[in-house]
Amino acid sequence: MSSAAPAEVQAAAVEDGSLAAIARARWEALRGGDVGFLPVLVGIVAITLFFTAKTSIFFTAVNFSNLIGQMAGTTVIAIGVVFVLLIGEIDLSVGYVSGIASVTVAEFQMAGSSHDYPGLVAIGLAIGVGAAIGLIQGSFIAFLGVPSFVVTLAGLLVAQGMIINLLGTQGVIGIQDHQVNDVANYVLTKNTGWIVAAVFTGGLALATLGGYLSRRRAGLPTGNVALAVLRVLFYGGLAFTAVAVCNHYRGVPLVGLIVLFVVVLFSYIAGRTTFGRHVYAVGGSAEAARRSGINVKLIRILCFVICSSCAALGGVIFASRLNSVDLTFGGGTILLDAISAAVIGGVSLFGGRGKVVGALYGGLIIGMISNGTDLVGSADWVKYVTTGLILLAAVTLDTLARRRQAAVGR
Amino acid sequence: MSETATATTLELRGVSKSFGSVEALRGVDFEVRDGEVMALVGDNGAGKSTLIKCIAGIYSIDDGDVYFDGKRVSIHGPKDAAKLGIEIVYQDLALCDNLDVVQNMFLGREEHDPLYRLREAPMEQRTTETLKSLAVTTIRSVRQPVATLSGGQRQSVAVARAVMWNNRVVFLDEPTAALGVAQTRQVLDLVKRLAEQGLAVVLVSHNLIDVFEVANRITVLRLGRNVGVYERDKTNEREIVEAITAGMPAAEASA
Repeated sequence: MSSAAPAEVQAAAVEDGSLAAIARARWEALRGGDVGFLPVLVGIVAITLFFTAKTSIFFTAVNFSNLIGQMAGTTVIAIGVVFVLLIGEIDLSVGYVSGIASVTVAEFQMAGSSHDYPGLVAIGLAIGVGAAIGLIQGSFIAFLGVPSFVVTLAGLLVAQGMIINLLGTQGVIGIQDHQVNDVANYVLTKNTGWIVAAVFTGGLALATLGGYLSRRRAGLPTGNVALAVLRVLFYGGLAFTAVAVCNHYRGVPLVGLIVLFVVVLFSYIAGRTTFGRHVYAVGGSAEAARRSGINVKLIRILCFVICSSCAALGGVIFASRLNSVDLTFGGGTILLDAISAAVIGGVSLFGGRGKVVGALYGGLIIGMISNGTDLVGSADWVKYVTTGLILLAAVTLDTLARRRQAAVGR
Repeated sequence: MSETATATTLELRGVSKSFGSVEALRGVDFEVRDGEVMALVGDNGAGKSTLIKCIAGIYSIDDGDVYFDGKRVSIHGPKDAAKLGIEIVYQDLALCDNLDVVQNMFLGREEHDPLYRLREAPMEQRTTETLKSLAVTTIRSVRQPVATLSGGQRQSVAVARAVMWNNRVVFLDEPTAALGVAQTRQVLDLVKRLAEQGLAVVLVSHNLIDVFEVANRITVLRLGRNVGVYERDKTNEREIVEAITAGMPAAEASA
């Protein structure tokens, strides 16, 4: 335990909000096992440098636009997985649930059938089916206490079977509906792209200002103002740069905007609402949450509903991207990529730690490796081995961070 | 102590609780007043935990009555206990390690606007004020995760949480069991401060040194029965140990 005197010095230093004090607090947190997004950012830079050196195609506007399309589905699924990991559970069914949603959206837009609905309705139905699957799986886990590993493994098999059953006779369904196909293929006009970047930056600035004002009104330490401004400028700059790069080619893909929207929405839910707080509480200690009057079962079920719904949206994106659905949907590396993305993005498998935005970073890393190895023309085994090793590194880091934190604690 | 003749805050009369053929509590009387520290002592299996859980609403009592401020009440669940203003700080503290001090203090009772958006600033403000009022000064930032706190600091957070909600009765289950000397000191001071603020405090402990330091009265349980209630100033450790191990000592039999 630290003695009283240095602790008080520290408190004073944090409250004065000087950069040195913030750096020191950050360093303390780092030593305490909270590495934040540092390894992820280092990874992104390293992978970029590596592939840029290997091939001239990697660091181009065209490839950046492609990358957005390639990583979108996996990233959206990973965002859902974050919620399940946060409560210390796992969902192995996300791959085939996304496949079910792909089939559903294709089925409900099928021209000439009795259920030839408009694209948006078909998409809504697909996400609804996902939510229903999450409700069923979550209920088994929350009410009956069946381990999520088993429930979702069973769900994986059932979903896989259903895909074969639904596609059985024709094996493939083409998608003609424009709304469905636009999800992954529409490109925003260049001006719309700029507006999106401006709205994003403005929103971030307003949120930051609101937080600052409410803290000042309450007479609380407000932190370093310059740093907050810098943060807004950094992320705003990032948004404008991304739009500029996309506009250099065809423009910002709509699917990129969808991913951004899902990230912001669920970051907000996880970080700023009572529901989000309770999710973290259940992940930290379900018993403590229960004793505090939190409806743990409801939280558990809702997390599985969110997870399966995101998986369904991911499935819609996959289907839209290929303009058709076939028997391979839901399989392959979708499941492992999505879980890896969440874990690489710093979401702890032990529950209670990690951020939604981590799924975006993790999805970016997985997407970049996949994209880069394809461009370089490496064999598939290189992709698998690299992704596997990065996943192992991420989980090892998480485990060590946890041990480190426990050691600092008492 | 005796001249502060305040009415009892929480009173149990003839409370019994059985689990199958095992009688965990047999007609137990128990009381605690505002502004006093009542110690609850007894050997393992004496019924201390059962008594706490009955009051917390985790177990329902088989027989007997519970009075709060002189009025008969029935406690059917944790929510009833919370509504009366009874808070229990369990031995394992029920804190979420991954959440920070503010988040733990408001766990399950977060301040939010109609859209369920968290109102962080008022929560942080109130946490800081509560900790200050209890003179908990060793926590460097209320925004650090509880995982990084020492045992004494965690105990302080758990106790502060119990106090913050205008509770009337606070049960502390073995609050010093896992603590070192300096941290035990911190927590015992905190216990005294709670009573000074007018709360009825029940201290469940094995450690008679701690009990004699802070308690005003001592209730001894043995094999599910109330052996006796002793004024701290009119008894000594030997007498209490005898009561714990052998039941009612002859000298005090009808006192």
